[in-house]
Amino acid sequence: MTNHWRDIKNADVILITGANPAEAHPVGFQWFMRAKLDPTKGPGKGGGAKIIHVDPRFSRTSAVSDLYVRTRTGTDIAFYGGLMKYVIERNLYHAEYVTNYTNASFIVKESYGFHDGLFSGYDPAHRSYDAKTWGYETDADGFAHRDMTLQHPRCVFQLLKEHYSRYTPQVVSAITGIPQEDFLKIADIVGQMGRPDKVMTIVYAVGLTQHTTGSQLIKSGSMLQLLLGNIGRPGGGMNAERGHANIQGNTDNAISWDLLPGYLSVPMAGDETTDEYVKTHAAKKSDPRSWNFLGSNYKKFIVSTLKAWYGDRATAENDFAFAYLPKPGGNSSWLSIYNEALLGKMEGLMLSGMTAASIGPDSNQVLQALSNLKWLVIMDPFPTSSSEFWHAPGIDSAKVQTEVFQLPMTHWIEKDGSFTNSGRWMQWKDQVLPPHSDSRHDHWVLAELHARVKRLYQTKGGVFPRPIVDLAMAYKDPLKPTLDEIAQEVNGKDLTSGKRVATFAALKDDGSTASGNWIYAGSYGPKGNFARRRDGVQDPAKNDPTGMGFYPNWAFSWPVNRRVLYNRASADLQGHAWDPKRPGIVWNGSKWVGDVPDYPPTMSPHDPKAWLPFIMTGEGVGRIFSSSLVDGPFAEHYEPMESPVKNILHESVSNSPVVFLYDKAAGRPNRFGTPDEFPIIATTYRLTEHEHYVTQWVPHLVQLQPEAFVELPPGLAAERGIANGDYVIVRSKRGMMKVRALVTKRLGQLDLGGTKVWQMGIPIHWGYVGLAAELYGSQSDHWLANALSPFVGDATARTPETKAFLVQVEKA
Amino acid sequence: MSSTISRQDFLKVAGIGIGAVGLSELGFDLAEATTLRQQLHIAGATESHSVCPYCAVGCSLIAYTRTAADGTVNLLQIEGDPDSPINEGRLCPKGATAMQLATSKRRVEQPMYRAPGATAWQPISWDDALDRIAGHIKSSRDRTFVTTDANGKHVNRTDGIAFAGGATFSNEEGYLAAKVMRSLGLVYLEQQARV
Repeated sequence: MTNHWRDIKNADVILITGANPAEAHPVGFQWFMRAKLDPTKGPGKGGGAKIIHVDPRFSRTSAVSDLYVRTRTGTDIAFYGGLMKYVIERNLYHAEYVTNYTNASFIVKESYGFHDGLFSGYDPAHRSYDAKTWGYETDADGFAHRDMTLQHPRCVFQLLKEHYSRYTPQVVSAITGIPQEDFLKIADIVGQMGRPDKVMTIVYAVGLTQHTTGSQLIKSGSMLQLLLGNIGRPGGGMNAERGHANIQGNTDNAISWDLLPGYLSVPMAGDETTDEYVKTHAAKKSDPRSWNFLGSNYKKFIVSTLKAWYGDRATAENDFAFAYLPKPGGNSSWLSIYNEALLGKMEGLMLSGMTAASIGPDSNQVLQALSNLKWLVIMDPFPTSSSEFWHAPGIDSAKVQTEVFQLPMTHWIEKDGSFTNSGRWMQWKDQVLPPHSDSRHDHWVLAELHARVKRLYQTKGGVFPRPIVDLAMAYKDPLKPTLDEIAQEVNGKDLTSGKRVATFAALKDDGSTASGNWIYAGSYGPKGNFARRRDGVQDPAKNDPTGMGFYPNWAFSWPVNRRVLYNRASADLQGHAWDPKRPGIVWNGSKWVGDVPDYPPTMSPHDPKAWLPFIMTGEGVGRIFSSSLVDGPFAEHYEPMESPVKNILHESVSNSPVVFLYDKAAGRPNRFGTPDEFPIIATTYRLTEHEHYVTQWVPHLVQLQPEAFVELPPGLAAERGIANGDYVIVRSKRGMMKVRALVTKRLGQLDLGGTKVWQMGIPIHWGYVGLAAELYGSQSDHWLANALSPFVGDATARTPETKAFLVQVEKA
Repeated sequence: MSSTISRQDFLKVAGIGIGAVGLSELGFDLAEATTLRQQLHIAGATESHSVCPYCAVGCSLIAYTRTAADGTVNLLQIEGDPDSPINEGRLCPKGATAMQLATSKRRVEQPMYRAPGATAWQPISWDDALDRIAGHIKSSRDRTFVTTDANGKHVNRTDGIAFAGGATFSNEEGYLAAKVMRSLGLVYLEQQARV
């Protein structure tokens, strides 16, 4: 989230796409309702914030929304594109913000183009783009040419206007299935949110991310928010509702193939030194007034992380042990792991608190991948569909040669440590209970494994042992580090004085500081562990001095306790709040006050050399046009890989031309279905009573939602002779489910410009492991929702397309 | 309960509805009794801070424990932290049943091992399990390690091992996992954010 949960109460309009917060994040949803019930919020004269829900399925979020429209899963780019066209053509965008705070004025090179569904630089043989053709026109210093009148035909604003000119209400309706009059009702409300005294938040979840166009789906929402001037403001932003307790923190801390801690890029082949690495990956200034904070400090952060990892073995002489960092040869994400196993190249897999068989996608193919491994380690408090995969329904155990270890791990409540929520608030938790039975902590097992592998290399030798042998495990007990010690390591310290740093400003590139993760510098500074702070609503007057809900002394919010990212953009060029009733930060004549400024605290807005507002980008402004995604500088609608219709914008390039086709590349048979065989669109989701798969071990929750089911619209059910409660078989090209049908008008038919299509829904929570599976016996054999989903992911992020695929359904 | 009391009235007198609570038709103050019972339940208990283990709203929790004479720590109750600006004490059905997850009797009790082709688990000691896994890590690493790529660039990576995990890893565990796994040369490193 750019903002945070409580901040949603500050919004006038809450636009929810690809999410169902009332059911999936119910307690966070109270802040939506606070806004709705607050008469000072809302479009026009107020009367309460308007909630707009755009989703394939009517849910309890829809029930309390002011407007619900049924849409086709995976088509939100068309929806947002249509809104951008509406806002631009009616001059409803926030002109001062767009001109000064976004790259609308930047002039793009002549090499850029978009024709018949393809951006410039397309290489069909490699299914990739040369993003260099999407660069800015620059001067000798590398600074982009700008036209502050936004009239230059190749400035971003004009290219944007042209790009979305195709997204008429009629086109939007024919792609999404949203009736034109409903789309225009939404556009009318959203269009009012470009006024400086109004603000809209966009909230989304995996309904946007889990598509082959997922990154662009999110970007299309962000682009609209930049046009309306809503990024950086309380009550605004582009807000991802994350689905697990510490997904945010574990992304921040880089359990991710493409990241190092604090969103530094992973070094790739060719980055031979820290200098080459910084040169390749750090953003460059494209405007003289851009601070380019991250790009300018990249080396300080990577060197400080290497000092935290390699201690005294990281020296200026050995380039801070940069050579020890492994460099991926290509994409090494979730799908790639199982693809490598299918190819017989992956030997071992360790899964901690995640279960591949249920997560999928294409669970049957993932089960085959697990069977191909030499060894599999499951670290979990409970049995999972992966620990038990070798005797899953339909699998002949005797033929599975994988060696499997199941290690009993402690729970969240049996150890301390911090979780970072969706709003970037890092809360420390206490150890409440001792470890259950023979369970051990994950961090102790990891330390033990490291020590044992290290000993093997020290005694027996082996390939390149230095990174293992030299790893700094300087904890009081190296086999049993405490999470408090690790939290201090993450924060970092000055190695000369030995004192913990108060902010990342203290970090240096000469090896005199160590910090495991620069964005957490200050979380555990000289004054102690800020994640423990608990000054909350017991005294709002004292603990929320601005009244904006920042609660600066409740926990810690990265970076430097900032509650709203990009908050310089909450004030105008003079430093006044766009809306004085909802200030983020304001210039008081000598400094910025309010939230922790995302800006130098005493830099006057009247200084002609004052930095531009977005200090984290090379441009210094928000990017409406960006070459950071591999599938285009603007978001363009492409059909899901499995779709019942052709792309009406460009039929010859119907789905994404740059998605990586794992099965095809590996020489495996095609696993995509066609609409003649599988005519129904399916999407997947969560229910309130379960959280993925672990809740299958919680009796009360299993009692509340005991049995797997799918949701079918009444018309489709009638066509197939299916009654509510009947068992049905749902098939895709990849697998099947046999479950009960819940026939409900929550789902329905879509009219795509005259073509009628059905959409159905599949909750994801069930499988062959857990209390319900034990109770239902062989009836649970075909409960894995992801047996149906396709083995393909987003062009950039490779997030699997589990939210849009084709199925057939019949009465069992 | 008198049949003349509607559910709404009952909620009111039980002190969990909206509205004034006083001496009820039941002849005693049910709200007061409920509060008293609750206070006795957690009287003298140790109060700890926790955070809900499920979604990323990050509802703040308070856990109450009492240590028995034999040293056993008993979890009495988990409730939403009323001071929290995130949840203000509220919890959803999952958070409200977090205690059942915490005290489940269905945990994996000890390390288990399943040999290639075997049709059943067998127990294994921690020491044996960790030794065997460490041996596997070393062998697979040595077999699949790539020092330089086709262009002669130093890549120093282990291609044959992957690690995925940690939607409920704390930041500190996750950080250590990434640090240790990268030291082993792993590049196939994933967690729940992408899936």
